[in-house]
Amino acid sequence: MSDPTVRVAERPDLLTAETSEGAQELQQRRDTAGSELGREVGSVVRLEGHAFDPSDVDVERRDDETMILNMGPSHPSTHGVLRIMIELDGEFILRAKPVIGYLHTGMEKTGEQLSYVQGGVNVTRMDYLSPVINELSFAMAVEALLDLEVPARAVWIRMMMAELNRMASHLVWMATNGMDVGSTTMMIFGFRERELILAFFEKTAGLRMNLNYVRPGGVAADLPDGWQDDVEVICDTVEERSYEYDQLLTGQPIFRERMVGVAPLTAEEALALSVTGPLLRSTGVAWDLRRTMPYLAYDEVDFDVIVGTYGDNFDRYAVRLNEIRESVRIVRQCLERMPAGDYRTQDPKVTPPPRARIGESMEALIHHFKLFTEGFRVPAGEVYSAVESPRGELGCYLVSDGGPKPYRLHVRGPSFVNLQAIPLLMRGGSMSDAITVISTVDPIMGEVDR
Amino acid sequence: MIERPAGAPDDVIVAEGRGSDVVCFPRPDQYVDLVRAWREDGFEVCVDLCAVDYLEHAGRWLPEGVKPTRFEVVVNLLSMSRRQRVRVRVQAGDEAPEVASLFSLYPGTEAMEREAFDLLGVVFTGHPDLTRILMPEDWEGHPLRKDYSVGRVPVQFKEAPGPR
Repeated sequence: MSDPTVRVAERPDLLTAETSEGAQELQQRRDTAGSELGREVGSVVRLEGHAFDPSDVDVERRDDETMILNMGPSHPSTHGVLRIMIELDGEFILRAKPVIGYLHTGMEKTGEQLSYVQGGVNVTRMDYLSPVINELSFAMAVEALLDLEVPARAVWIRMMMAELNRMASHLVWMATNGMDVGSTTMMIFGFRERELILAFFEKTAGLRMNLNYVRPGGVAADLPDGWQDDVEVICDTVEERSYEYDQLLTGQPIFRERMVGVAPLTAEEALALSVTGPLLRSTGVAWDLRRTMPYLAYDEVDFDVIVGTYGDNFDRYAVRLNEIRESVRIVRQCLERMPAGDYRTQDPKVTPPPRARIGESMEALIHHFKLFTEGFRVPAGEVYSAVESPRGELGCYLVSDGGPKPYRLHVRGPSFVNLQAIPLLMRGGSMSDAITVISTVDPIMGEVDR
Repeated sequence: MIERPAGAPDDVIVAEGRGSDVVCFPRPDQYVDLVRAWREDGFEVCVDLCAVDYLEHAGRWLPEGVKPTRFEVVVNLLSMSRRQRVRVRVQAGDEAPEVASLFSLYPGTEAMEREAFDLLGVVFTGHPDLTRILMPEDWEGHPLRKDYSVGRVPVQFKEAPGPR
């Protein structure tokens, strides 16, 4: 009587067949070996000095006492398409496992089909909240292979845009984190201030997001006339308002209840899990590539590396809020010390001729055409270049075979690696803390899945 | 001459990379010992692990004594105390690439090794949960391999409305 192909409750295999991720999902206890449980509660327990205690994992608990809850991939608090499977005992989390790949678009493969000129368009879409920094990491890798020197003005423009982008990214974090803990006011505030920065990006590069502004050899366009006034307004506004956020959130009892002492991470655990960025600095490790392995002109500007103490949610909040202020400091110094000169290298190999020349010179037209159809060739070799993105170390491993396209483009996305801390941070906490954990780890799914 | 860490196997080939990077070329059987030696030498973090398919670029430059294979696993280690990076490039094999997992040394490589397995088909022996991470579980093939062409799978949206 019943059609065997119709999906009904009596046929759970049909219900899940089209959505199941198989072994990638969180397995039931009866199917799970103790070693896998050990991994899921955080592989850190295997480290030397961290004795692995099997009883800590609580393998004896029976299935019918616990519940596996699926959260996401479409859930408002997962910041995109993150899916987390959680095993719950009442309201408390025993195990958690992130299941990713829902935004996988094969950008590393796409990067192998695009020339170095086009590559920026691809990488800028990975971490869509910090496009400038993505382009920067790619452009610096290409320049390292080319042995190309970038003019001073381009370096300072890059630095200023990267810091403005860091402010915008952290403001979105403040906004979404505010919303996750119930403060819609912070949500409005964060996006309001970010809008100032995006408007300046639009004025400079023509687009609000995914700018393709930083290119191998320099930047796409010089800063617009009167940029000093715009940047001045952004700096003043963001700095002043950052103290308003302080008043709104930092001492707020409900906010503190959700943040202080929740989901702490130790420095050893963070290092073992290769975690970088604000997540690592909140544990007290003063590791910021801008300071410790300076690139661009970060060794010439004055700023502080913000570190926390306990590595809990509140420290991660405090690190990000203060990093906004440090970015304002760096942008102010860029404003004062912006050198004059070229905004891109004059090497004709990577830089097209100016628009005015194309109209009058046949050679310039051919040159321009060749550069944008065929691209430029990059000497064979491999290089790893890393920059500090708002979420941690953004690395670009580039292999060239001497042709006009990358042979292999691998991007080390900080969110992808930081996501490994989630099972550890969620463990033992309540369901409501899980929301703040996702929020303070700050994964950007475009970068996680690439 | 670039100094090797104290406990490293004797005949590991070390070369200088671009910038101040040090690049090591261990054989697969030396790989874990070498990484352990670097770790004991102060390289606290394994920043990155990825694999490369050199099918169409077999004639790449390698120091003398390294036998190139199709697949290569590249590991980036970082020492925070010395502010230095080391890159370990191990030749993983031609047909069925396989190297040992670094999970017991650096648990943070868990997701990275799964990604390399998923997209390039490199098997990491000793990994606790070597499943696909980005692609669906029932996917055939490894998309970042060079013999996996773009546009191979026709895009078919289920129950898509016909042309209007």
